Amino acid sequence: MAAGPMKMRATLAGGNTDVRVLMTHPMTTAQSGQALHFIQNVVVKQNGRTVIEAEISQAVSRNPVFTFRLKGGAKGDTIEVSWLDNKGESNKIETAVA
Amino acid sequence: MENRRRTILAALGVLLLKPFAALAAWNEQAFGAKTPADALKGIGAAGAAPSKDIVIEAPQIAENGAVVPIEISSNIPGTTALAVVIEKNPFPLAGRFEFKEGALPFVKVNVKMGETSDVRVVAFAGGKQFSASREIKVTIGGCGG
Repeated sequence: MAAGPMKMRATLAGGNTDVRVLMTHPMTTAQSGQALHFIQNVVVKQNGRTVIEAEISQAVSRNPVFTFRLKGGAKGDTIEVSWLDNKGESNKIETAVA
Repeated sequence: MENRRRTILAALGVLLLKPFAALAAWNEQAFGAKTPADALKGIGAAGAAPSKDIVIEAPQIAENGAVVPIEISSNIPGTTALAVVIEKNPFPLAGRFEFKEGALPFVKVNVKMGETSDVRVVAFAGGKQFSASREIKVTIGGCGG
C-alpha cells in the first residue's frame, strides 16, 4: 500500500480548537517482513505559524489518526498539517476552522 | 565517464536532499534505542521525576495490539513537549511531540503494541523532565502491521 490522501477536521470545542487529522500511510515495521516505511515528521501550523512539531516512529498505527488541541482560535483560522516519511515522501492538507 | 556522471549525480542528490534533512529533524539515536532506558536517555529524560500531573487515557486491555488508542496530556505548567515510550516494544520510543506557543500539551493517537507493556509518558517543562506510566494489556500483538 502506498501513501495516499489525508482528511482533516478542525472545530472549536470548549474554547479551544480541536484538530483531527487522518493520514493514509502503510506505517510498515521491520517485523512485518516488508520494507520499513513510516512517517517520521508531522507539523501542525495555525494561520501559517508552526504550533506543533512531532517526531514519530513505526509504532504509530497504519493510517495514522491524530487529535491535537490548540489554545483558543476562531472560526476561519487556517490549519495546515504536513508529514514527511523515511523515504522522503510527503503530503499536506489545509482546512479552515469550522 | 559513466562513473564520473554517477558521482556528479550523487553529489547533486546530496545537495538537493540536504536542506530537507536539515528542516525535518528525526532523533535517530533515540528512535533506534532498543531499551526504554536508552530511549529515555536519547531524548534527555533519563532522570525524569515521577508526576501525577501527566494524564494517560488508554484502555486497560487492548484486544488488538495493532491499534491501541492513547490520549496523553500534561497539567504541569509550562509543558513544552510530551514523549511516548512503549517499554516492551522492539523500539520503545513511539513519538515526541513539541508544543509551541498556541498549542496545548495534548495528543491522541493510535499506536502498535507487540505485547502487554507499561506505556511511559514523559513531559518536558521548564528544563525538567517528568514521567508517568500505565500498563496496557494486549491480547493479540500488533507489530506485524
